[in-house]
Amino acid sequence: MAVLTRLLGDLDLAEEAVQEAFTVAADRWPSDGMPPSPAGWIITTARRRAVDHLRRESARGAKEAEAARLHAPEPASEETDLLRLIFTCCHPALGREAQVALTLRLLGGLTTPEIARAFLVPEATMAQRIVRAKAKIRDAGIPYRVPEQAKLPDRLPPVLAVLYLIFNAGYAAGSGPDLVRDDLCAEAVRLSRMLAALMPDEPEVAGLLALQLLISARRPARTTVDGSLVRLADQDRSRWDAALVAEGQELVRACVRRGRPGPYQLQAAINAVHSAAARAEATDWPAILQLYDQLMALTPTPVVALNRAVAVAEVAGPAPALKIVEALALDRYHVFHAVRADLLARLGRADEARDAYKRAAQLTDNEVERAHLLAEAHR
Amino acid sequence: MKTYLLSVYQPDGPTPPPEVLGPIMEGLAALNRELHDTGAFVFTAGLCPPDTATVIRAKDGDVLLTDGPFTEGKEHIGGFTVIQAPDLDAALRWGERMAAITTLPVEVRPFAS
Repeated sequence: MAVLTRLLGDLDLAEEAVQEAFTVAADRWPSDGMPPSPAGWIITTARRRAVDHLRRESARGAKEAEAARLHAPEPASEETDLLRLIFTCCHPALGREAQVALTLRLLGGLTTPEIARAFLVPEATMAQRIVRAKAKIRDAGIPYRVPEQAKLPDRLPPVLAVLYLIFNAGYAAGSGPDLVRDDLCAEAVRLSRMLAALMPDEPEVAGLLALQLLISARRPARTTVDGSLVRLADQDRSRWDAALVAEGQELVRACVRRGRPGPYQLQAAINAVHSAAARAEATDWPAILQLYDQLMALTPTPVVALNRAVAVAEVAGPAPALKIVEALALDRYHVFHAVRADLLARLGRADEARDAYKRAAQLTDNEVERAHLLAEAHR
Repeated sequence: MKTYLLSVYQPDGPTPPPEVLGPIMEGLAALNRELHDTGAFVFTAGLCPPDTATVIRAKDGDVLLTDGPFTEGKEHIGGFTVIQAPDLDAALRWGERMAAITTLPVEVRPFAS
């Protein structure tokens, strides 16, 4: 998509051409076999389709010149193209919701229904949001380029927010039979690594990368052989990816040395504390609670408050934690009900806990998570 | 090149005193010279207060006139500038400077091509 957008200078045309190329691939690859470079094949095919399309549409003139331009040599760097597309999708002239939706659509490869679910909005609303964002990019002339150095501090935060959302969309897949969409997580980590290389002086980029690495490290222990969910406290920590843990922790230490904390660095630090515990019982919960207090000071959202409450339960017990949780307006968020259920169970209020687990199961679209929540409800 | 309309929104009410307005007008004049020099300038104008406006509506072959601006509200367009720029980022940079000089909100809106 990124390469085609640069070549064609038009998001809709690029998207159409890529879709056509995938249709051809679905038709041919099963009989002809996979080409040696599937991505390269898609790009070449999509570009040919776009050239045909432009020729058909225009008898002469500017469009013909445009079609000729498409025969220009291959791009210098595919990574730069991706960054260009990210910064275009995350341009500050677009609303945050539009930025996130567009990036997930164009770079994350999510379908519109999946994006709609991630944001808890109706599908039609999300579809309209994406169409409107693409129209604004085209009509207002939002440029397809990486912003100059001086503008990066303003242009970066939306990019980080978007990458984190792609990661989360992968790590807690909204729907379907798989708990995790590893492809999306890998994509978010890849883009974050690129950003970190491009912007070594931005601690929040390093923080975001560290956060993703530390969470990814637990991936092998997060599901059992049959694919069911294992909670953090119950995970076999010897199965964590030690190399990812080490890399993430080193990034966190570097961030701490810099002394410019931000939301991603703090979340990474929380995960670094978890990773440092060889057994769940050895977790330094007071340190985690302190980090959550700092995070609440920077980003006082209900979801952060919910996560902080989990730490409160470990430090001060389930009763004060439940009091915090029940004041939160997160009735449509399945994790809210799962946390509540766990706290109720620990307080011996079994009937209420069962109902809360059932409510959580109703609200998640992920089959693995639902199975886990229903099992808890019937324990 | 794309064409953009930069509209300055100003609160209704009396004109600011000369010691406030003076530096703003100087700043705008300098900005306009720069727009001219760089070839970005197309047109600019300041407007009389909104209560000098008249709205016309065609109705059943007749016209209906109403005294005052089309939109209700406490702010109206006080002036506008039409510029040419290679892309939105360039147009926004001109708009940012205009907002800083006037201390007022500036709306940047692309012309339909």
